[in-house]
Amino acid sequence: MAEPTKASKTSKTDGPADATPNVSDVEKAEASTETEAVAAIEAPVERGEPILQVRNLVKHFPLTQGILIKKQIGAVKAVDGISFDLYQGETLGIVGESGCGKSTVAKLLMTLERATAGEVFYKGQDITKLTGRALKAVRRNIQMVFQDPYTSLNPRMTVGDIIGEPFEIHPEVAPKGSRRQKVQELLDVVGLNPEYINRYPHQFSGGQRQRIGIARGLALNPEIIICDEPVSALDVSVQAQVINLMEKLQDEFNLSYLFIAHDLSIVRHISDRVGVMYLGKMAEIGSDEQIYDHPTHPYTQALLSAVPVPDPEAREGRERIILTGDVPSPANPPSGCRFRTRCWKAEDKCAEEVPLLAVPERFKGQDTPAAHESACHFAEEKNVVTAA
Amino acid sequence: MPDLTKTPATDEAHAVAIADADAKAVDTVEAAGKPRSLWGDAWRDLRRRPLFIVSALLIFVVLLVAAFPGMFTSADPRSGDLTNHFLQKPNFGHVFQPDWFGYDRQGRSIYARVVYGARNSIVVGFGVTILVTVFGGLVGMLAGYFGGFIDSLLSRLTDVFFGIPFLLGAMVVLNAFTERNVWVITGALAFLGWTQIARVMRGAVITTRHADYVMAAKALGAGTKRILFRHILPNAIAPVIVIATIALGTYIVAESTLSFLGLGFGGDALSWGGDISDALADIRNNPHTLFFPAGMLSITVLAFIMMGDAVREALDPKLR
Amino acid sequence: MTSIDIKEDSIPAPRSGEEKSGRLLDVKDLHVEFHTRDGVVKAVNGVNYSVDAGETLAVLGESGSGKSVTAQAIMGILDMPPGKIPQGEILFRGQDMLKMSGEERRKIRGRKIAMIFQDALSSLNPVLSVGYQLGEMFRVHEGLSRKEAKAKAVELMDKVKIPAAKERVNDYPHQFSGGMRQRIMIAMALALEPDLIIADEPTTALDVTVQAQVMDLLAELQREYNMGLILITHDLGVVADVADKIAVMYAGRIVETAPVHELYKRPAHPYTRGLLDSIPRLDQKGQELYAIKGLPPNLLKIPSGCAFNPRCPKAQDVCRTEIPALVSVTEQDGTELPGRGSACHFWKETIHG
Repeated sequence: MAEPTKASKTSKTDGPADATPNVSDVEKAEASTETEAVAAIEAPVERGEPILQVRNLVKHFPLTQGILIKKQIGAVKAVDGISFDLYQGETLGIVGESGCGKSTVAKLLMTLERATAGEVFYKGQDITKLTGRALKAVRRNIQMVFQDPYTSLNPRMTVGDIIGEPFEIHPEVAPKGSRRQKVQELLDVVGLNPEYINRYPHQFSGGQRQRIGIARGLALNPEIIICDEPVSALDVSVQAQVINLMEKLQDEFNLSYLFIAHDLSIVRHISDRVGVMYLGKMAEIGSDEQIYDHPTHPYTQALLSAVPVPDPEAREGRERIILTGDVPSPANPPSGCRFRTRCWKAEDKCAEEVPLLAVPERFKGQDTPAAHESACHFAEEKNVVTAA
Repeated sequence: MPDLTKTPATDEAHAVAIADADAKAVDTVEAAGKPRSLWGDAWRDLRRRPLFIVSALLIFVVLLVAAFPGMFTSADPRSGDLTNHFLQKPNFGHVFQPDWFGYDRQGRSIYARVVYGARNSIVVGFGVTILVTVFGGLVGMLAGYFGGFIDSLLSRLTDVFFGIPFLLGAMVVLNAFTERNVWVITGALAFLGWTQIARVMRGAVITTRHADYVMAAKALGAGTKRILFRHILPNAIAPVIVIATIALGTYIVAESTLSFLGLGFGGDALSWGGDISDALADIRNNPHTLFFPAGMLSITVLAFIMMGDAVREALDPKLR
Repeated sequence: MTSIDIKEDSIPAPRSGEEKSGRLLDVKDLHVEFHTRDGVVKAVNGVNYSVDAGETLAVLGESGSGKSVTAQAIMGILDMPPGKIPQGEILFRGQDMLKMSGEERRKIRGRKIAMIFQDALSSLNPVLSVGYQLGEMFRVHEGLSRKEAKAKAVELMDKVKIPAAKERVNDYPHQFSGGMRQRIMIAMALALEPDLIIADEPTTALDVTVQAQVMDLLAELQREYNMGLILITHDLGVVADVADKIAVMYAGRIVETAPVHELYKRPAHPYTRGLLDSIPRLDQKGQELYAIKGLPPNLLKIPSGCAFNPRCPKAQDVCRTEIPALVSVTEQDGTELPGRGSACHFWKETIHG
């Protein structure tokens, strides 16, 4: 359960989540009983309406000292107050480097980790506070595809058992007699031969294993699939196959994707909107065109310019921004703007004031692609040739 | 120089071993392959190991002897004939005959005693192993999976028992019993011996607990019972099996040692340890009275340790 | 069509060890196989390549293409058994290293050829300080004293731009970030100023913004020392940024060689073309990505003929029976394209069609 006391403490430094196009008003569906909550969760959502609304989400992992009596000496601020909406039927890409907290966001949305503070509204229900039947219903509707197809499948179970396990946990989805057939259908949907139901994961290649993982994610007919670096462990020639499959499935099953990755060109290809994370904060968020062609946050600009371009000609014409230094430790993030230690534009103001994620003042009301949310005091466009 | 022992080749060789070339369609798996579980793979690997074959044969024979001693000798291990057989030397030509290994100082057939003595050792060995694996495994699994306070509590408990010297502790415990039968000895050894398994299990569970597939099961909403018994146990049990197999041999040694010290099987119960103890009286002139029970003990223990090693190599592909 | 090697016809006479120019390394028809439970894994099947001083050769390939195994064979760090080199030559300055004694090879390793691994954390000893590990090279190879070695270590750390080198020389590997550890690895490889550095996926484990720093550093040091560099990677982007020439590997063979610009502009092998096409491009947004069908081959049973034939859109009967040789690629009118080669029966159609 999230502790409200801690929430108020942390949000002081974060500033309020302002009403911007990215974060629409949450229609809280007050459910007094579990049955009501389940009913709300089962209700359909119109295409283009927000299905998942994340508000000031915080996850701090405590750092403790001492063997018997554990004393908290600090916290790794993995996710430190982020807000965004996921709309029904869209793909929201989240990019960022290791340690920026993007995988923690995935775990929080899956309720695999408990949020330190903040809310995650799924159809108006705050899933960080749900328990019992309602939580189980949420878990059925939000599924995940993991990064590493070699470790995310239990090596001692057959493919049939792995894909069929969701039905055993949620028996109401498929009656016992129909499960085998359902599993075979799922194998077929992801492009694997249904006859291989009795094989074991190690008999498949990486790309095939990832298809098995996707089939498991689809089994319960979810509405949202959270993809945590789903292709980064795969060979280049196989990545495209899996991306195509995921796009096909999105159309077929009307899925919403939260697509977390560090490969900027793949994120651009698959996403409708993109959020850029840095050290537990959202640095910039907007449509794919806004982020890739008109980035206004210096970090996004540096990230885009650092991506190696698989075209030597294009690379000669662009300005490369090579950042100095490493990402600071999330246990001890810089004051003010977290990017200021590596930023070429940093001024005193950046150390003192946390920049809010909002449409920059200078672009407000203008009809330009630069008018999207960017958490920088000195947001401006800069021409960088990008990977995609 | 950078560390050059970094495993070369294996990664790539492994990566390709699982991939397959038949790609007329995108998605055919090894066309000729049958479902092959990891246990099946290990078993197939095990069957080809000479170490396993030898140890399995030895263990099979010992088990057979323990189960049906009457099949191997017609002599009574308890009846002595001092007039005819007092400390008679072995007669190696008389295979399976009562005088094959000679007679002891009470005129009893050493061969018959060795054959009949097997059962107690084997029952104690297996009994202790089963108890220890179940109890130690459970403690280790709970400590490893839940962590935090439960782990602290169970781990300290394990440490306390680990601190008690195994044999000395067993002697103290057994000393409290006047009648020491198989169950008392088994119980005493298990009472003190479960810590090793608990520690191994805890370590294996901690590694497995963080595996992605456990995370995946949690994300599906799986309960603790399912996660523990479907996902963690099957993947964490391998080192426990290895340790338990090797430990089985050492429990047999422990039982013999206790019997040797007079704290194991008492009265007229048959035990290799007791016979070794009896033989000590005059080993210089009659080494055969020591040699056969001691030899049987060594071979049995060796068989289990070899078996453990073979199983370890089959279960842990990294050692290949 | 004549079969070509990527090298010139005449091998330059062995030079004195100190001279840092000319042909450094020549790999000729190298084969490597691994004998496993399931059969013989043919990891490398006749690889030819060469590197000159000051030159960067990028070896591009997916897992199982044999790119890393080749490098390990050059370094002499293959596990043998199960590994085996049934045929081939690895000439370093004209001398076949496969025929050298263990002692001779050890002298070359580290001193003349150094290697940088992907995972810097596991390649550094966690219980020894970074300064000690860097200094070890000088103590062992050059017999310097402890103090002198440490001074050298600081110098090296400065060289690879580790801030506050003097203060950090006694720190342990885990106290450094991933990017800094990779710099330490580079410093270690550089310590004895080798002629050739083999970098096996040196930036794969690093973040994009740090990757750029490390690659820049590597390129800068290479220029400064006029070293040869073999860069092994699966990342088409990294290759484009630093390489002079590229060798694309597939199923243990080189399927295409080309100067870097040429390769991206006009690939001459369907596999290379497929790889380039499967990178998402702006104008393909919302469309299906081009995907190479099928899976990388199983090295236990490499398809007959061209190993790529089951996945190739151009495959004909000849591809299933005849192994295509690496032939030189020419313009349509027959003009030579220096450095270009393709192991495809239909390279003409691929590059010009």
